[in-house]
Amino acid sequence: MNATSPTQALLLATILFTIGMLGVLARRNLLLMLMSIEIMLNAAALAFIAAGARWHAAQGQVMFLMILSLAAAEAAVGLAIILRLHAAGRPTLDADTGNRLKG
Amino acid sequence: MIALPSLVLLPAAGGLAAWLSDRGPPARHLPWWIAIATILSQTLLLLFVTCTAGWSSGPWLAHFSMPWIPALGIAARMDMDGLSLVLLWLTTILSFPCVILSARDVGERPGLFHLLLLATIAGINGVFLATDLFLFFFFWELMLVPMYVLILQWGHEDRRRAAIKFFLFTQGSGLLMLVAILGLVILHQHATGVVTFDYFALADTPLMPTAAMVLMLGFFIAFAVKLPVVPLHVWLPDTHTQAPTAGSVLLAGILLKTGGYGLIRFVVLQFPDATARFTPVALAMGAAGILYGAWLSLAQDDMKRLIAYSSVSHLGFVLLGVFSGSAMGMRGAVVQMVAHGLSTGALFVIAGSLQDRLHTRDMRRMGGLWQALPHLSSIGLFFAIASLGLPGMGNFVGEFLVLLATWRISPPIAILGAAGLVLSAVYSLTMVGRAFLGSPHAGQDTDQTPPPADFGARQMTVLGLTMALLLVLGTYPQPVLDLSLPATPHAAPEMEAIHP
Amino acid sequence: MDALLLPLIVACPLLAAGLLFMSAGRMPPLPTCVIGAGSVGLSALMAAMLATGFLRTPPPAGALHATLWSWMQVEGFNTRIAFTLDPLSLVMMLVVTGVGFLIQLYAYGYMHDDPGIARFFGCMTLFVAAMLVLVFSSDLLSLYIGWEGVGICSYLLIGFWHTDTANVAAARKAFIVTRIGDAALLCGLLLLATRAGTLDIPALLHIAATRPADLSAETAAFLLLGGAVAKSAQVPLQTWLPDAMAGPTPVSALIHAATMVTAGVYLIARLHPLFASVPAAMTAVTIIGLVTLLLAAGSALVQTDIKRILAYSTMSQIGYMFLALGAGAWQAAIFHLVTHAFFKALLFMAAGAIILRVHHRQDIYQMGGLARAMPGVFVAFLAGAAALAGLPLLTAGFYSKEMILQGAWHAAPLLWAGALLGAFATAIYIFRCLFIVFFGTRHTEPHGRTGATMAMPLACLAVLALTGGWMEMPDAIAPVHLLSHLLSPLFGAPMPEGPTWLLWAGSLVPLAGVGVAWLLWRPRIQTRAPPEDALARLARAGWDFDTLYDVLIIHPFVTLGRLNQTDICDRLSNATAATARAGGRMLGRMQSGQVRRYAGWIAAGTVVALCLGARP
Repeated sequence: MNATSPTQALLLATILFTIGMLGVLARRNLLLMLMSIEIMLNAAALAFIAAGARWHAAQGQVMFLMILSLAAAEAAVGLAIILRLHAAGRPTLDADTGNRLKG
Repeated sequence: MIALPSLVLLPAAGGLAAWLSDRGPPARHLPWWIAIATILSQTLLLLFVTCTAGWSSGPWLAHFSMPWIPALGIAARMDMDGLSLVLLWLTTILSFPCVILSARDVGERPGLFHLLLLATIAGINGVFLATDLFLFFFFWELMLVPMYVLILQWGHEDRRRAAIKFFLFTQGSGLLMLVAILGLVILHQHATGVVTFDYFALADTPLMPTAAMVLMLGFFIAFAVKLPVVPLHVWLPDTHTQAPTAGSVLLAGILLKTGGYGLIRFVVLQFPDATARFTPVALAMGAAGILYGAWLSLAQDDMKRLIAYSSVSHLGFVLLGVFSGSAMGMRGAVVQMVAHGLSTGALFVIAGSLQDRLHTRDMRRMGGLWQALPHLSSIGLFFAIASLGLPGMGNFVGEFLVLLATWRISPPIAILGAAGLVLSAVYSLTMVGRAFLGSPHAGQDTDQTPPPADFGARQMTVLGLTMALLLVLGTYPQPVLDLSLPATPHAAPEMEAIHP
Repeated sequence: MDALLLPLIVACPLLAAGLLFMSAGRMPPLPTCVIGAGSVGLSALMAAMLATGFLRTPPPAGALHATLWSWMQVEGFNTRIAFTLDPLSLVMMLVVTGVGFLIQLYAYGYMHDDPGIARFFGCMTLFVAAMLVLVFSSDLLSLYIGWEGVGICSYLLIGFWHTDTANVAAARKAFIVTRIGDAALLCGLLLLATRAGTLDIPALLHIAATRPADLSAETAAFLLLGGAVAKSAQVPLQTWLPDAMAGPTPVSALIHAATMVTAGVYLIARLHPLFASVPAAMTAVTIIGLVTLLLAAGSALVQTDIKRILAYSTMSQIGYMFLALGAGAWQAAIFHLVTHAFFKALLFMAAGAIILRVHHRQDIYQMGGLARAMPGVFVAFLAGAAALAGLPLLTAGFYSKEMILQGAWHAAPLLWAGALLGAFATAIYIFRCLFIVFFGTRHTEPHGRTGATMAMPLACLAVLALTGGWMEMPDAIAPVHLLSHLLSPLFGAPMPEGPTWLLWAGSLVPLAGVGVAWLLWRPRIQTRAPPEDALARLARAGWDFDTLYDVLIIHPFVTLGRLNQTDICDRLSNATAATARAGGRMLGRMQSGQVRRYAGWIAAGTVVALCLGARP
């Protein structure tokens, strides 16, 4: 793999990001939406790695680690919300019913 | 001299006291008494200011200056000339009918009501005194916000809409003025390298004609909304109609005059060249205002709306006078402002009293009130006659001088203005005829409700004094005429006089 | 001393008016009347003293001056409240205070049981004060105070019985129509003040006399004429006067016959050098006078309401005065003004006495045969009618009308013919009224008696209406020229008299008119119904000027105003607000609460931002 040409990596990242975005937009299941967001985050992380490799800079990997922890936190919060919803007695994971939430 | 800021601080402090007095055990009319004490002491203070003013030291009579935000060249600077003095007296005099006649029996939360009323008066006093543009803008806003709350809280049936309209129009135009002020300050800084908001310094800013015109228009629109000038008058009828009586009196009597004051002080004197180029447009707008206001006034059924449109018509004369480019027109405009304040303020008191008694402002449901309310009706008749500009009353002096000054530069505009006098007779007498004269309205079920109470001694005294003032202004206007020429900003008062 | 009396004559009724208004109706009728009539009586007394002094030892420059205070003094213009007594204002002062006092006395008898008597006397005395200001002012702007002041008093008094909407409307109409003229007058003042820098009458007249008339002088003369025309109820602004008869009869006698309506004549006479220097304006005055004189006489011929007959007759007689002014016969105009004040006030007061006793009926066809029931009133009315018709030798109206006819003859024989035709019609209509009211069968039984306070002024004025003309006679009868001698310092020498046959024509034509009236309405053959053909109806409606103005001006104006009641500017601003609100609602739809929509908006926004960012 040519270390100075991140084109393929960026292409892969773009594809992954698009898949994730389409997933978020198209799926109604909250769990699958969370998973799609993970894919998008990882696509962004991949882009950082590629860029770090291209310019031999450490920041790319730093950002990757950062995104990793961010993704973990996001997943934790997201799953907690889903569990909470379930505990509150909602029978569905359909995201489109979220606008019926009443505080 | 320290008395100038006191003129602002005193009503504000009195308002706070009235507000606090409402929190303790309920005392009957305590906030009202405090408000009366406040305006009485304000009168004394103004008397003191008048007596101690430097009559011999040039056109500027009194000064006060204190650094406020030195980094930005902002100072708490106040100067008083004859014009300010006349309008301060108008404010003080009109606050009496406001407080004595219409604020006593305000329903809920009288403390807050009086606080807002006095805060508005404080703001108005500040506007008439401030000679630092930042401070001026501060007071300009200070007088609007309490008025907005007054209308919103104590107004009539459609108060929310009216209050928001009032706020949007005045605030929007105020924003334009702020932009113009900042533009002027920045241009001044470019030219001289000094950042200052000082009126006297800014008035000497060398300006390109285009820049001067743009800045002048910024100020002009702000004041034109306030005055109001057709077609920017649309907030006024709604606001006057919906405001509580004290609010209407304050609005019509004094608040509108801040527009005229601003036009004189910050448009004509600050941008003389741009003003001269703008004069034809302003004159046309003035004549349009006179005729359009009178014409619409004629078509109204709502008494307060009728009076409101008549204000539009009367203040068209002020615009004519201010832009006539002569001292005579300027003096006439000031007399017109004072006379309009007195007569229209009184008319709003009367309309408000009628609404309290009959629970309607609709003149289709009035008629023949003279039998039941002879005192109220005769006073109403007097002020209606004053407002149609009968010679011998203040309004005539103002209108005549304005028209004379206008005739010199444009006879057609003066003829249109004189035609407005015919229309003013039409709407004034229509109002009198529909409300007070004629046969009692069939819909008034006089059997069931007790007949409404006529004006008592309190109302007769206050309004009688107002009548006397109008007559004096009409037959011997010379003191006001002498005072009313504004001092030019190019002859700044000497600095040693400023620092006490 | 004399200069001090001048403001006192004005102040006296002014103070009384203030006092009466302050009393707010709490005073009983008698003191009210004593204050009202007494103050005017005092003024009349002082006026008489002043006049005696003036005539015995004329002041140095032919006029007394009293400057009260400086009214307005600004750059390029100043005006004072200042009074002048010259022969013209002397004559007017005597008429206003003298006739005013008699009418005030009469008014007590007429109004004493009206609950609003304090308001009535307050307005009446205020009117006298305003009229005196008008007469005395030596500055056009302070004259304008009086000019508008009498207008507002007229408004208040026409609408005195304000529970009737028709009276209120009549009052408003009177004020507004005259106000149109006032606005023209004001424009004239503005023009003169701009031209001369002052409105001081002597200064203005000096300018008019020395400087040749230019465009501004001509315009000013026409604008001032507009004011005079409206105030004096001349064509085309005459429509308010017949309606103004809605007021109490003493008001009609004082304001709408003797004094206020002649203010226009006074104004033109006062400024006669200005008018004389503008021939077009003089022609206009003449034509207006002649047209009004004939139209109003025609209307008076077919009226049924006794007060409206007198109202149209007033218009017609003031038309004579305008004719005289236009012909340059200033003395004749003033002479007729004076005699007209006597006999027209007398006629109105006699009519009032009748109206009071026939249950407030005013239709002459419902009266009839009253001569026997009220002989005193009949004699008074007869004296007034004879003077109005200008029956030769015996009456005041004959001499003044004769002088006008002479003036008209000198200006143009055609004018003379028109005026003579008017005189013929005058004699017909007033004797028609007299025959129908006093002769024939009785249709309404009169009640009560005419009280002494009403009879006394009637008697005084009857004497004046007969003898008041003897101060000025044609040379062919007797060389008495008291009035024109008095006025000649102001107006110059009077016109030379025409041939004697003019005098014969002027004497015989009124007699012929009375004869015609007798033939048509003598008791035997009297028809008891007004004529009903189209021409008569048109004339009765005052030639339908009202309808014309209604259709042309008032109706469109009011309708358009009504249509625009909600203010088109306001609609525009509301439309702006509505647009903003609709836009907000549209944007608000993006906030659907659905996560995926939000994500979609974010994605779309990012794509757009990237595209925009990618473009260089």
